[in-house]
Amino acid sequence: MELEFTVNGREYVQDVPPDTRLIDFLREDLNLTSVKEGCGVGECGSCTVLVDGKSILSCLTYMPEIDGKEVLTLEGITDGDELHPLQQAFIDTGGVQCGFCTPGFIMVALELLNENPDPTRDEIRKWIEGNICRCTGYRKIVDAIELAARWMREGQEAVEA
Amino acid sequence: MERRRDDSNDEVSVKGPVGEGSRRVDARDKVTGDAQFAADIFPSGALTAVVVRSTVTRGRVVDDNFEELREMEGVEAVLTAEDVPGENVVPVIEDDQPALAESTVRYDGEPIALIAVRGRRQADQIGDLIEVEYEEEEPVLDPQKSLQENSPEVAQPEFSEGGNLFTRLEIDKGDVDRAIEDSPVVVEGEYETGYQEHAYMEPQGVVALPAPHGGIEIRGTMQCPYYVRNAVSRVLGLSLNRIKVVQVATGGAFGGKEDVPSQLSAYAALLSHATNEPVKLIYDRREDIKVTSKRHPSTVRYVTAADRDGNLTGVKVGIYLDSGAYQTLSPAVLWRSLVHATGPYNVPNVKVVARSVATNKVPNGAFRGFGSPQVIFPYESQLELLAEEVGIDQVELRKKNILRPGDVTATNQRLEKSVGAAQTLERAEELSGWTETKREYSEWNSRHENVKKGIGVSSVMYGVGMGASAPILDKAGAYVKLESDGSLTFAVGNTEMGQGAETVLSQIAAEALGVRLEDVNMTEVDTSRVPDSGPTVASRATTMSGNAIVNAVNNLKPRIERVAKEILGCESVSIEDGQIVCEDGDESVDLDEVAGEMWLNNVDMAAEGWAEKGVKDWDPETARGDAYFVFSYATHITKVEVDTVTGKVNLTQHVAVHDSGRIINPTTAAGQVEGGAAQGIGFALSEDLAMEGGKFLDPDFTNYLVPTSMDIPDDMIVDFVEAEYPEGPYGAKGLGEVPLMASHGAVINAISDAIRARIYSYPATPEKVLKAYLDGE
Repeated sequence: MELEFTVNGREYVQDVPPDTRLIDFLREDLNLTSVKEGCGVGECGSCTVLVDGKSILSCLTYMPEIDGKEVLTLEGITDGDELHPLQQAFIDTGGVQCGFCTPGFIMVALELLNENPDPTRDEIRKWIEGNICRCTGYRKIVDAIELAARWMREGQEAVEA
Repeated sequence: MERRRDDSNDEVSVKGPVGEGSRRVDARDKVTGDAQFAADIFPSGALTAVVVRSTVTRGRVVDDNFEELREMEGVEAVLTAEDVPGENVVPVIEDDQPALAESTVRYDGEPIALIAVRGRRQADQIGDLIEVEYEEEEPVLDPQKSLQENSPEVAQPEFSEGGNLFTRLEIDKGDVDRAIEDSPVVVEGEYETGYQEHAYMEPQGVVALPAPHGGIEIRGTMQCPYYVRNAVSRVLGLSLNRIKVVQVATGGAFGGKEDVPSQLSAYAALLSHATNEPVKLIYDRREDIKVTSKRHPSTVRYVTAADRDGNLTGVKVGIYLDSGAYQTLSPAVLWRSLVHATGPYNVPNVKVVARSVATNKVPNGAFRGFGSPQVIFPYESQLELLAEEVGIDQVELRKKNILRPGDVTATNQRLEKSVGAAQTLERAEELSGWTETKREYSEWNSRHENVKKGIGVSSVMYGVGMGASAPILDKAGAYVKLESDGSLTFAVGNTEMGQGAETVLSQIAAEALGVRLEDVNMTEVDTSRVPDSGPTVASRATTMSGNAIVNAVNNLKPRIERVAKEILGCESVSIEDGQIVCEDGDESVDLDEVAGEMWLNNVDMAAEGWAEKGVKDWDPETARGDAYFVFSYATHITKVEVDTVTGKVNLTQHVAVHDSGRIINPTTAAGQVEGGAAQGIGFALSEDLAMEGGKFLDPDFTNYLVPTSMDIPDDMIVDFVEAEYPEGPYGAKGLGEVPLMASHGAVINAISDAIRARIYSYPATPEKVLKAYLDGE
């Protein structure tokens, strides 16, 4: 079935079997392998991408559901060589260990910071509850999101000033 | 954390990146999505591997439709045991586990055939077409019943010590029965733990590729590339030099990728060898949870005796580990249980009898802590019972008994170097405000019914490396190469699986040479680069590969210095921050210039390094002597609130203090501690797999409850007391496993403190907590 959608700002008009999962299309057809399959049943959050700015689980999403929509993966948040503040913050705080869950965490954090630029630590912890990390114990991930939020607010203030 | 640099009292001073909380060298690839994990490799034309697995727990295969499957379009190969060109075995410690079952199946999920399918989506559908008929037999599921004389045979006789007893180990020191009889205070308990699943976020996966000269290349997620190489060599009947194993980005392991990748690699290699095509094998989460090794379920009995002041006089222990159908790593896991059974405490009279038992269940294996959590839960619980009986504070009791320099362990090993156990206890007591908190909680609990507060402590020791259980594996190689532009390439045989080894080893390499961290680069771990360096397990990578790197750099350095001296015209030089400086003057030259000069003059710019660590005076007959070359230590203290209406436990603070010698990177070390503590919290509170008739009921993350961000306290205090280990690289010893080991005992003790009742089995689910509370009232 013919679908129209954008992925990381690029437009696609493509014939895709309707039973294709979004995760498989992104990984196998577009080589966007930041999108990770950790469980396949929507429990771990590793496959999170944004669709029209909202986080969704790409392992539970079928291609017809993104018809006419904009998909954003981790690959799409980098500006050339310039990392997004969330990416830099995950590096600086030690929020990355094995790295398999990291793309999903960055994508849900991006959604959070778009909606709430100044979340408390508890708000961050609640927001990321649907994503599992087995390495870090979460604290440094919360640190990363908190730090990125501060950088982004300061950056915004700098722009506004 | 305080940084100590160039302290003249230090035996091992540092000038460079060792001790810095440097950013991880692999972090950028991981935040951009560039890091390539096994599933991210898409070899052109790769076939998809499907493993046909037994659907019965015990029985025989009597019929199948494999001949029909072989004729199907898209099916490129169907292999059974008789198609294995080499030996039909996945070697670990014993050779008891076949790669593919030869009609007899011993657990639900045991592999019986392999299928290579063209196209991943077609492979998803093949499962529905497989037909296998079994003659079922009554499975043996309970380890204690399995040991009874009339039990059906699970263990193969050539791999057992009689019946279904895989292994029996013993420590017998002093006269424990007399000590128990003569001691005024004796406490007893029986403790149980269930399955703990590693739940690494990246499921198991490998790719097998045909390689030149009839060889094969494996790329995959793994801890132990040399284990994989050995397994592939055995199953294909090819010499080791035809097999190249490359470890790719590995998304967590925790012991779960110690021996299991040998299985996947053997399967993928068999199919690739048979078809001469690339083959990809990735488990989905259900298959991964269902068929891969887990922490051994245990039943452990303790009798602990002390004098009236709380000084331990004797400990008597009986340990049963449920091994599942094959030995895999069970003998070594059991050995850890045995040697760690008295914890970091002085016990003059000890008897430990440990048994690993065969059952018709998935074979269990390595999991962070490796047999020690199953004895830590009991011995730390026993100390609480003892404190109560004696009428002494729990921390005071531990202070009386904790091992200090000069003391001896249960195996009569005298602890001389780097013994920070007592310091971890004292520091954790201080950081947690132990005494004030106890007073405050006691006050609170006397006035509140619906929420009870508690605080708990747990201290542990952990033998670093393989120790006397496998001294042949405590070795590691390294290869360093100075490039003509002054950058340094290095290779080791220990792997990065998320723990930070690549960063820590890069810091060690940079420190050893005297350059900046960004000037060194670790290659992917590849068995063709350095000699067999043993497994990446047992918290050994920093010590073993670190020492090998230092040795390699020290072998290279004289050549750099010789050329630099010629350039500078001075007698002695030192290398610091990428510059070679005359020690008797101000002249200096950049390393890149010296490297260029070396290249022009055909100087050998590469060097090898080696490290080995034996243990001395170990007698396997009596289990006396040095069990390990050094131990790491930790004390954790947890604070909880228990809802006495629902039984729900809420952690409010967790304090973790570790002695792992000098900390090479405080940021990655703290990350290890926080993450390990979280796994221990999950072990104590929520992680369990329901099983019926030898089959896991719900092998998925909906039912297996890994802690989330809301289950782990945000208030986690991590600190290190650095009892330096002079024989480790810059004073370092191991850390990786210890945080998990120390946290769960503190959690269970805090719960007991809150509800004034003990819990004797993990996990302490709300139902169990509530029942213990109500029974205790």
